[in-house]
Amino acid sequence: MQTIAVVDYGMGNLRSVVNALQVVCDKGDQVILTSDPQQLLDAERIVFPGQGAAGDCMRAIDEYGLREAITVAAAGRPFLGICMGMQVLIDYSEENQGTDCLGIFRGQVKYFGDGHSDPSGVKLKVPHMGWNRVMQTAAHPLWRSIEDGSRFYFVHSYYLEVEDPGLVAATTDYGIRFTSAIARDNVFALQCHPEKSADTGLQLLRNFVNWDGQP
Amino acid sequence: MSLAKRIIPCLDVDNGRVVKGVKFVEIRDAGDPVENARRYNLEGADELTFLDITASSDNRDTMVHVVEDVAREVFIPLTVGGGIRELSDIRRMLNAGADKVSINTAAVFNPEFVAEAADRFGSQCIVVAVDAKRVSEPGEAGRWQIFTHGGRKPTGIDVLEWVARMDAYGAGEILLTSMDRDGTRIGFDNELTRQVSEAVRVPVIASGGVGNLKHLADGILEGKADAVLAASIFHFGEFRISEAKAFMRSQGVEVRDD
Repeated sequence: MQTIAVVDYGMGNLRSVVNALQVVCDKGDQVILTSDPQQLLDAERIVFPGQGAAGDCMRAIDEYGLREAITVAAAGRPFLGICMGMQVLIDYSEENQGTDCLGIFRGQVKYFGDGHSDPSGVKLKVPHMGWNRVMQTAAHPLWRSIEDGSRFYFVHSYYLEVEDPGLVAATTDYGIRFTSAIARDNVFALQCHPEKSADTGLQLLRNFVNWDGQP
Repeated sequence: MSLAKRIIPCLDVDNGRVVKGVKFVEIRDAGDPVENARRYNLEGADELTFLDITASSDNRDTMVHVVEDVAREVFIPLTVGGGIRELSDIRRMLNAGADKVSINTAAVFNPEFVAEAADRFGSQCIVVAVDAKRVSEPGEAGRWQIFTHGGRKPTGIDVLEWVARMDAYGAGEILLTSMDRDGTRIGFDNELTRQVSEAVRVPVIASGGVGNLKHLADGILEGKADAVLAASIFHFGEFRISEAKAFMRSQGVEVRDD
């Protein structure tokens, strides 16, 4: 019996995240979608998704009064950031002429760029959209039963650059090699969408709902 | 490169039922959207597109329930098209569990709608569907125009200008259908696809004309598409998604197979 809270701050399709968690959690577990800071603080586990632009996300987090609850939750219990929910954990994003984010981790979020290309000069589309390989760079309980190099579904135009290389849990190649997952203590966050990554993604979510929060 | 090219089956839905449904032996009810979606997911489809062809707008709610039911069981990206005219239509579909909506006619009549939609919901969920028809004479350099009403009504809008504008307005992806090729089974219009793909920053999905597996690979290799969409070759059980992927891989196209 546990409560898994999915943070709802009005950004994007959260239904799929809830649906996917319901498939992988135990029968007695409760998956709630909530904007209430107290409910977040009462939950055993937090999933922090997000879509859209960084500026809108940060504004929404403050409008819903969730900044403190998210920061507290990220400091003490199993916490999973997904897509924009990973990017805003960082200090600063280039998006929307520069957006200050939650600052839980040191680093920056950068734009792939309009002239983005692969090393041989072939133009690459932005957003980076579709199934790409996630190369596990550090062992972690959330990778259990997931083969190194498995494909996950991505859709994003900005990517993470962390200061501490020790945070990086996975990388992905798209013209450049970027950080596609980070982990520290009780926090795990990834750029791709496990809730849209078929069986591989469900396995990651299953690992999360069973995780004790230890790296 | 390690980003896989995507294969997207498209399912037509009329009043909540899949029409031209899959003839798989495993499927008991060929018209059930959930059974079809589950089957395609098992076979390795990279995304699913549902096109609502319900004529009466009174029955639009049915599509919302279809999306809810599919999204509860199938965890790959879902796109819904057909009848998306207002921001409230988009919100309803996203809330039901769709990841993207595809906007076609409404964009032609009100291009600002695309900008508003992208601004409100994010570019990642806005697909602009473009129905293109060649208007150049044989031997001339290719020119294409946007057509509406299933390819019957010309709009006078040049396709390459239009897709660049939709890109600038915040479309996250272009679903490009050649109305000359749609239903012909002679292959995509790869010249059109390549020119559109080179004219925009965002991914392009090729559609219209697939009759065999080579056509799918050609759409990627010659048309420079990022994804290929097909309906009939998969529905009638002629080819499986897994066969399409194996063939594309043999042609040097990177596909998801894990």
